[in-house]
Amino acid sequence: MSGDHTHGAHDVRADHDDSLTYYQAMEIAVRELLIEKGVLTAGDVRRQIETMDARGPQVGAIMVARAWVDAAFKQRMLEDGSAAARELGLQIGPLKLIVVENTPDVHNVVVCTLCSCYPRALLGLPPDWYKSRSYRSRTVREPRAVLAEFGTVIPDGTRICVHDSTADMRYLVLPRRPEHTEHLDESGLAKLVTRDSMIGVSVIET
Amino acid sequence: MTDAHTVTFRAGDRVRVRVAHPIGHVRTPYYLRGKGGVVERICGSFPNPEELAYGRNGLPARPLYRVRFLQRELWPDYAGPPTDVLEAEIYQHWLQPEDAPP
Repeated sequence: MSGDHTHGAHDVRADHDDSLTYYQAMEIAVRELLIEKGVLTAGDVRRQIETMDARGPQVGAIMVARAWVDAAFKQRMLEDGSAAARELGLQIGPLKLIVVENTPDVHNVVVCTLCSCYPRALLGLPPDWYKSRSYRSRTVREPRAVLAEFGTVIPDGTRICVHDSTADMRYLVLPRRPEHTEHLDESGLAKLVTRDSMIGVSVIET
Repeated sequence: MTDAHTVTFRAGDRVRVRVAHPIGHVRTPYYLRGKGGVVERICGSFPNPEELAYGRNGLPARPLYRVRFLQRELWPDYAGPPTDVLEAEIYQHWLQPEDAPP
């Protein structure tokens, strides 16, 4: 076999990251300037990314599981979501949280038509589909069809409440506790809670 | 007292989103403009995002409401049950009493 490997003879799949968008170039330029001027270090940037990556649905699940086992806490959570998160010692920063409860009568689903507002302190980074134009435009227009595409069929007797996260509030759905979970303790319950159930595009199955 | 506008609507009040098309950063979706709904709750007062977006302080703060709309009133051909609703946050300066002239 020849050592001079060339690509002339066959096609090469194109890389997806071989050109920068305007805002990618802007981010690199600003970041490099901030580092060059000593405002922050590359380590600071990496640590902040690590902090953001450490947030995830397991944090929101703590709130949900507590609400399932403690009716008084649930009541406080529905009245003031931010205060309830802080009561559990969750680091939510300036988050203004509204928790909406799924019941047999109402199913809640969250969308941000204008951008991608999302309770990141409790759920981490939003999934790509949450930021897509399709999800954002269709969820307000035909929520039942969108939910069905997630495998979530809501009976006509259950009202759908779409929450368009247009301004300063962020939303967490309190999913219904699945049946046959009486034997589980709070941490066992928390493991059942999925990201999508807290956005409201799915329900928790057992 | 100039750090916040007075709250003029209460939970349960019927309101209508103003029809306006200002240029710039606006947090009132097009599909809700001109639509009538009910104030679900008062969220508090916040600096005006239409000012914050351009580096100004956004003060005095603007009352923010969650307004509930019937889907059937947002979309004439809405396919779901008539009880389906949508809730969104709307700043006070985008709201008027539902029966006020547009």
